[in-house]
Amino acid sequence: METTLAIVIGGLYAISFYLMLRRSMVKLIFGLMLFSQAVNLLIFTAAGLTRGQPPIIPDGANALPVPFADPLPQALILTAIVISFGMLAFTLALTRRAHSTLGTDDLDQLGKSERP
Amino acid sequence: MKLALILPLLIPLLTAVACILGGASRRAQRMLSILGAGALLAAGVWLLREVDAGGIQAVQLGNWPAPFGITLVADLFSAIMVAITGFVALCVGIFALANIDPARERFGFHPLYHFLLLGVCGAFLTGDLFNLFVWFEVMLMSSFVLLALGGERPQIEAAVKYLTLNFIASGLFLTALGILYGQFGTLNMADLAVKLRDQPAGVALSSAMLLFVAFGIKAGVFPLFFWLPASYHTPPVAVSAIFAGLLTKVGVYALIRVFTLIFTADPATTHTLIVAVSVLTMITGVLGAAAQYEIRRVLSFHIISQIGYMTLGLGLFTTAAIAAAIFYVVHHIIVKTNLFLIAGAIGHVRGTGELKRLGGLYHAYPWLALLFLIPAMSLGGIPPLSGFFAKFALVKAALDLPSYWPVVAALAVGLLTLFSMTKIWAEAFWKAEPEGETRGTRGGVPRLMLAPIVAMALLTVAIGFFPGTLLDLATRAAGQLMNPNLYIEAVLGRAG
Repeated sequence: METTLAIVIGGLYAISFYLMLRRSMVKLIFGLMLFSQAVNLLIFTAAGLTRGQPPIIPDGANALPVPFADPLPQALILTAIVISFGMLAFTLALTRRAHSTLGTDDLDQLGKSERP
Repeated sequence: MKLALILPLLIPLLTAVACILGGASRRAQRMLSILGAGALLAAGVWLLREVDAGGIQAVQLGNWPAPFGITLVADLFSAIMVAITGFVALCVGIFALANIDPARERFGFHPLYHFLLLGVCGAFLTGDLFNLFVWFEVMLMSSFVLLALGGERPQIEAAVKYLTLNFIASGLFLTALGILYGQFGTLNMADLAVKLRDQPAGVALSSAMLLFVAFGIKAGVFPLFFWLPASYHTPPVAVSAIFAGLLTKVGVYALIRVFTLIFTADPATTHTLIVAVSVLTMITGVLGAAAQYEIRRVLSFHIISQIGYMTLGLGLFTTAAIAAAIFYVVHHIIVKTNLFLIAGAIGHVRGTGELKRLGGLYHAYPWLALLFLIPAMSLGGIPPLSGFFAKFALVKAALDLPSYWPVVAALAVGLLTLFSMTKIWAEAFWKAEPEGETRGTRGGVPRLMLAPIVAMALLTVAIGFFPGTLLDLATRAAGQLMNPNLYIEAVLGRAG
């Protein structure tokens, strides 16, 4: 499972960077989206995968049965998802505005107004 | 509960919320904003006194013991940074009253300004890497909106670049956190420092380098600085002044924190790399500035070259060098913010920042010319101003090692900095004004703009005349940084 996920994560990083390097604003947004997903998956996988063992102390016991799934990475990812959601919402609004101001989807046109 | 540690977070948060609630009344927002910034300065100074008297302070939020809960920590370095943040916040806040137009105020300039300060103070005070990430995002989110607020074409273009690169930096930061957590099962800085101590040197190198890149993008070091000169000259001056003063310094703070506390196992690799990057940062920044002819663009490139001096202090990795870096950070925050404010005052009276279209300011505004000279000469390192002692301390620390190449670079870059400052002086102040220029108000500089400029210039001169006080404080702060056991003990309650 870890190996599969590691390959998926690597693929996602590669795709996201490829998309970010394109000239199109839409592809830039897709790249940023995939990037944040790749990072979340990386935290999830790097912290170790434990299936079917929720960190809940069963009735009558006074300690967790080992092994148990670490709940902290999930809390971290949840926070990261919320933050990247907000960032992406702002990115979308900004690129929409940029598109209507600049009248183009081409990132190379950025800053053209300032060049002599 | 140690109130002094919580207040620098509580005050900006409450101010921002109060500004939103008072949204209908522009007057109320303006009053609240200044009140909040003043209170932040008071809280910062109080925190500095507390930490100076009682050693490193730590609070475990929600009473969850470290490393499980969220820890706020203030050592001398954090406290100095919070205090100086309060000072800059107040100065720029006052300047903003005269500089930000009513439309921007209506769309939430004041609340955003205080959310930005909240993020900055949070980053200085947190003792947990993930928490640091969250504070970075608080700060970045506000800075994105502040940069784009107004929606002028250059602003939008700048915001796209700024946002993309900072988004990537945050992603790399988070990647490093994921790997660190996977390896060591903790993100509490003190706990990480303890756990890394028993490991072989190379084991955390990948995360160290990822963090170096992530913080490096935020600090604007070579070759990751391109977003900075592309964006800092576009928003209103009050916004670019607070960005120039504080945001890159948060990156420098984070670099100094992790590379003195956590990643100290292999300085021959990591810190040598930092020295090399610093030297390149200094040189590229100052050469970039030489090619620019717009005041704020010149100043933006100088931020980069000065960042190099600060990280150089970190890279040399001795108590004296880190003390010099801290001195440099404080000096640079004051001086650079002041130069941006002066650029704003010039823009106000002349309607432009283009050096080719400026001139004759020395005749029209002799006082402004004098006020420009103080931070400009200080930035160039002319005695007896603060910049001289900052450079002197750094160069002396490098010579003591001994490490000569960085010294050569530092001195040469200082000379070129002076060249840039005299360029602004000669073009904007000294030469006659080009004919046919009628833009700007042509009137006096508003008192709300002049007051913060004078206050910051006075502080620059004061540091110049009494450098011992600040250098002593910086040396004690560096002493704490170089002895991580103090920090670890304050957080974990036991010796590492």
